[in-house]
Parts: sequence; structure tokens; C-alpha cells
Amino acid sequence: MIVSQLPPLAASLFSLIAIACLLLAFVMLGSRWLRHYLYAFALESWLIAALSASVGYYGHFPELYLIAILTVLFRGCFLPYLILRIIRRLNVAREVHVILQPSTSLVVGAFGVVFALSVASRIGLSLGLAGTVVVLALTVMLSIKLIGFLMLTVRHEAISQVLGLLVLENGIFLGAQILVPGMPLLIEIVILFDLLIVVVCFGILVRYLISHAGTTSVLALNRLVG
Amino acid sequence: MAGALLLAIALAPSVAIVVILLTRRPRLAEGLNLAASAIVLAAALLLPLASLGGRHVFLDRYVIADPFGAWVILCAAIVYFLASLYAVGYMRLLDEEARLPRFYALFAGFGLATLLGPMMNSAGLYWILIELTTLVSTFLVAFERAPESVEAAWKYIIVVSGGISLALLGTVLFYWAGSFVLGPRYDMTWAVLRAAAPEMNPALLLLAFLLVLVGYGTKAGLAPMHTWLPDTHSEGPAPVSALLSGALLNTAMVGVVRYLSIVEAAHAGKLARAVLIALGAFSFFVAALFIVRQSGIKRLMAYSSVEHMGVMALGFGFGGMLGVAGALYHMLNHTLNKSLMFFGAGSMMRSYGTKEIGGIRDVGRRFPVVGALWLAGAVAITGAPPFGLFASEFTILRAGLQSPEIWAAILMTLLLIVIFIGFLNHFRVMYFSPGENGAGPAGSVSLWCAVPMWLALLPLLVFGLWWPEAIWHYFGVIAHGLATSAPARVALR
Repeated sequence: MIVSQLPPLAASLFSLIAIACLLLAFVMLGSRWLRHYLYAFALESWLIAALSASVGYYGHFPELYLIAILTVLFRGCFLPYLILRIIRRLNVAREVHVILQPSTSLVVGAFGVVFALSVASRIGLSLGLAGTVVVLALTVMLSIKLIGFLMLTVRHEAISQVLGLLVLENGIFLGAQILVPGMPLLIEIVILFDLLIVVVCFGILVRYLISHAGTTSVLALNRLVG
Repeated sequence: MAGALLLAIALAPSVAIVVILLTRRPRLAEGLNLAASAIVLAAALLLPLASLGGRHVFLDRYVIADPFGAWVILCAAIVYFLASLYAVGYMRLLDEEARLPRFYALFAGFGLATLLGPMMNSAGLYWILIELTTLVSTFLVAFERAPESVEAAWKYIIVVSGGISLALLGTVLFYWAGSFVLGPRYDMTWAVLRAAAPEMNPALLLLAFLLVLVGYGTKAGLAPMHTWLPDTHSEGPAPVSALLSGALLNTAMVGVVRYLSIVEAAHAGKLARAVLIALGAFSFFVAALFIVRQSGIKRLMAYSSVEHMGVMALGFGFGGMLGVAGALYHMLNHTLNKSLMFFGAGSMMRSYGTKEIGGIRDVGRRFPVVGALWLAGAVAITGAPPFGLFASEFTILRAGLQSPEIWAAILMTLLLIVIFIGFLNHFRVMYFSPGENGAGPAGSVSLWCAVPMWLALLPLLVFGLWWPEAIWHYFGVIAHGLATSAPARVALR
């Protein structure tokens, strides 16, 4: 898709959705309640689906409609449902072990966004695309990635680590819709299915953690060192 | 020809998995997995020959049989066969009769995924295969269901999934960089990316490569992303450790090397190489520290894997005919040697009932044959002559001395000495230190467990004494195909 030929309405629509996704990532970062992560994640997935559909419409990529539908089904409905089931089974409503206070992690996340912006704007400059929606997409993609890693490091409930990984993938998916809408359909579909398998595997592993390691807090996994 | 071989490699384990899951009989499962691995090995031995007749692409260009891929598949097939043989003896010791069919189904699935990875011609599909290997092997690692195994499996899946999500980001950025040259829709094959690379934006390319390097580097066990490796390799059953170390790490290295050759084609390879060399040297350093002060026998082997992946990273990083040939030869030798080491460690662990080096004494007297094999393997893995790893490490050192990064070669020499002393010191303790409990009874290791050790050691000795000319020429073809910065100098040796 040639970015400079986008109608201004489309460009601002894409930007709006991307920014909204970034905000939702911060919602996840700032909250301690597992359910809030989950709702924010589901909402983010719906927004990504909307983005796929609108990129498909403005960029004339009809296969993206299919991707949008699959995204809603898998990422927006099925994955959150699976994770909700795991949460129910776990009986944990919130993150108990806090390494970093939510406010501190929000600030660290903001630094992540600044870093992402500086990388993205440099790449944008060298591509001659400075100031376009591309830079924004790249920024959001990299910042969600960084926020996801931040969540992985400061959260210690098993389920929030799973959600952290899904956030990492959401960031890539979001950016990919704007940057490479023509990416082969087969690969996108397989990656969607792959996510499903990942979550199922995590579900089984969480069950192992409870029954064999007796905990769902990753902090207690400290037997193997050296 | 190549197509039929690839089909055999893909089909044999798949059929085995289906039949194992349908029948669920332990003895049948063993046999089927072993038969599948034998078929795979037979096909993989012929594959390098078949791949030489130029590039072969199949299935709408999604599958490729190039010399490089064929070599990695061969290494994976060897370790899959040896580990299947060993598993027959080892898994019977575990007293998990009812769950054996599931183990073998997963084992064949893991073997299949590591074999398919190097065949993938599309960067996206390759990523998916790597992700699949993680998912399958997680359950193999957690198979013993001890708290430690579950902990190792959890760390494994979290660290590696996080790592390869970076590789996915890098893959998307590569595709994006290509879309400025080739238009929004194209097939993301290795060849297409390489051809388009000279016109891609170098800054973007480099960013993408670094992400891919960290991503697949996590999976390949390069420090500082290696944290999952010692836990996983030490907690899984021994045949699984062998497959993880001898096959999976190489399959992940394929991605790094293929992307490196793309960046190389864009003439932006200098920094990329330097980073790869730095990661390799750092892996070496970390491994040396942990080998010297290690107390767990399988963790010792795991850190040795980090070391050897570092050697390979250095080899590919130095590049040129010598570097690539050394790294590829090292891949084969390490595959054989590390299987041998894990087989020995597994048998000793079961015989002495402990994973601690401190609990294992008098190995040489209690296990004359297996002990001797294991000790020879230990000498080999530190890179001492007359075994294969000496030849390959020496070649990589020569490549390093010719490259601009001489410091890495010097560091490698120093750390090799440290590792030699540290590693063999543990074996000195296990073989020659007087045991606390006096003279134990002579132990025995089943033939199923001893034969694969012979099968691993003998070729290792042969490859150390004699580097076949045909293999050298084959490496020349690969090095030329990867078109590394130095011109291919096949006649150098």
C-alpha cells in the first residue's frame, strides 16, 4: 500500500485505532486485576480486527476482511474465553506479588514509548516517510512490544505472563496490518491458529503448575539455578 | 529425487504419530518411532546428494531442499535416530509404561518439527515451525511431572515464546523492507528476499536482522538469551535433552544464517556479523564460567551446548569458506558428541539415582565399557584431538585469525583452555576420586543404551582423523550459496 496515496480520512482512522490500542496496553500495564487485563486484551483484539477491515477497504485487500473476521473470532472471543476459564479455575482475581507499583510501571512504559518513537522516526526518516501513519504504526508496534516485555518481567502470576505474551503478538499484528497488508494470507491464518494452540498449551501447563509445583506464582519457581 | 526424500522424511514420523495415537501400545510405539527415525535417517543420508543438483523447490515454492538445509536435516536425523534407539532402553527405566505411547507420539512430533524447519522456504512458515517445536517439546520436558520439570517447562515456554515473538517482529519488518522493492504482495522466500536485499533500506534491514538474531538466538541458546536452556536440558528425559541440544538448536541457527546471508547480500553485513560474533563470544564466556563451577551433570552438558552454539555463531560470523565449513562440520560433530554425552549422563543419572556430580563416583570401574565411551566423549567435547570437534574448532579458529575480528579468535582459544580444564576436572572427580561409600557393585547399562553411544563415538573419531574431501566440497557449495562476504575459496585446503 502506498502510504502517500491514502485519503486523509483513512490515515486518521488508522492512527486513531493504533493510538487506542496503545492506550489499552497502558490500561493493562496499570491495572492489577486479571479480569481487567483480559477485557483490555479482548477490546484490543476487536480494534485490531476493525483496523484489518478498514485497511482492507481503503487499500483494496479483500483477503483482510477474512483476517478481520478470524481475528474477532479467535483473538476477540475464543482466546479471552479460554483464558477466562483458566482464571476461574485458578481462583486468583488479582496480582498479589507486585514488584513494581502500577504507577511506576506506567512511567517506565512511557519511557518505552519514547524510545520506540525515536527508533521509528529515525527509520521513517531514512525511508523518506517521516510524518506519515507509517511512523505511528511502527511506534505503536514497538511500544506495545516493549510494554508486553515489561509486563512479562514485573508480573508474577502465571496467567498474566500468558497475557503478556499475547500482548506481544497483538503489537506485531497491529503493526503488520498497516505496514504489510499484503502479507501472505496463509501465514496470517496459520499464526492465528498457532496462537490458539499456544493458549491451550499454557492452559495445560498451568494445570501442571498447580498440581505438581503447587503454585501459580512464578516467584515460587526458583529451584533451578546456576 | 529430492522431493521423494523430503516426502519420506515428513511422512515417516507423521504416520508413526497417527498409528501410535490410534493403537496406544507401549512396545508398538517404541518400534514405530524407531522405524520412523530409521527411515528418516536413510532418506536424510541421501538428501545432501540429491540437493546438489541446484536448488529444488516444491509445493508452490513453500518447501526447499538446498544443500544448507539438507545438511541441517541430516544432523537432526542422526540425533533423532540415535535418541530413538536410546529412548527404548531409557524410557523403560522410568516406569511410566502407560504414558509411553504419548511420549513417543510427542517425541516423533518433536523430531518431525525440527526436521521440517530447515525445509521451509518461506520465512513466515519457518517461524511457525520453530514455534511448533517449542510447543511440542514443552510437554516432553514436563514429561516426568516433577516440580522441577514443570518449572523448567514453564520457563522454557515463556522465555522462548517471548524471544521468538521478536523474531516474528523481525520477519514482518523484513517483509516490509521487501515491499518497497517488490510491491505489497510477494512470496517471502529466502531467494526472493536475497535478490531484493541490495535495494532495501539498510537501516531497516539492520533493525530487522537484529530482532531476528535475538529472536532465533534465544531459541539457539546464545547468551544472554540462553537462560531457559540449562533448566530445560537438565530436567527433560535424556533422549529429549539430546534432541533438544543436537537438533533443535541447529534448526534455530538455520534462521540466523539464512537472514545473515540476506543482510550480507545488501552489503550491510559488517555490523550484523560483528553482533553475531559478539553474541558467540559472550556465549563462550558465560558457558566457561558456569562449566567450571557446575554441580549438576546434565546442567554441565547444557552449558557445554551454549558453548558449542557460541562456536557455531563465531564460525558463521567469521564467514568465508573456512568459517562456514568449520561451523557446518562443527554442527555435525557437536550433534554426535552431545548425543553421546547426554546418553552417558542419562544412564549414570539412573544408575546412581542422582543428578549431582558429587554423587557419581568410580564410573570407570563400575561401568568399564560405557564409562570409557563417556570419558572419550568428554575428551572429545572439550575439543581435544583426535576427535571431530578438534578439526572443526581448529578450522573456525583459522577463519577467525583471517577475519578482522581477531580478538574473538584469541578469546575463543583462551576460553577453550578454561573449558578443557573445568570440564575434564568434573570427569576426573567422577572417575578417579575415591567414593565415600567405598566400592559399589559393578553396574550394568542395557544394550539399547550402550549401542547408540558406540554409534556416536565411532564416526566422531573417524571425522577427527579424516575430513572427507567430498564433505569439504559440499561445504564449498553451501558457502558459495550463502554468498558470504569473502569469496568462496574452495581450493584453500
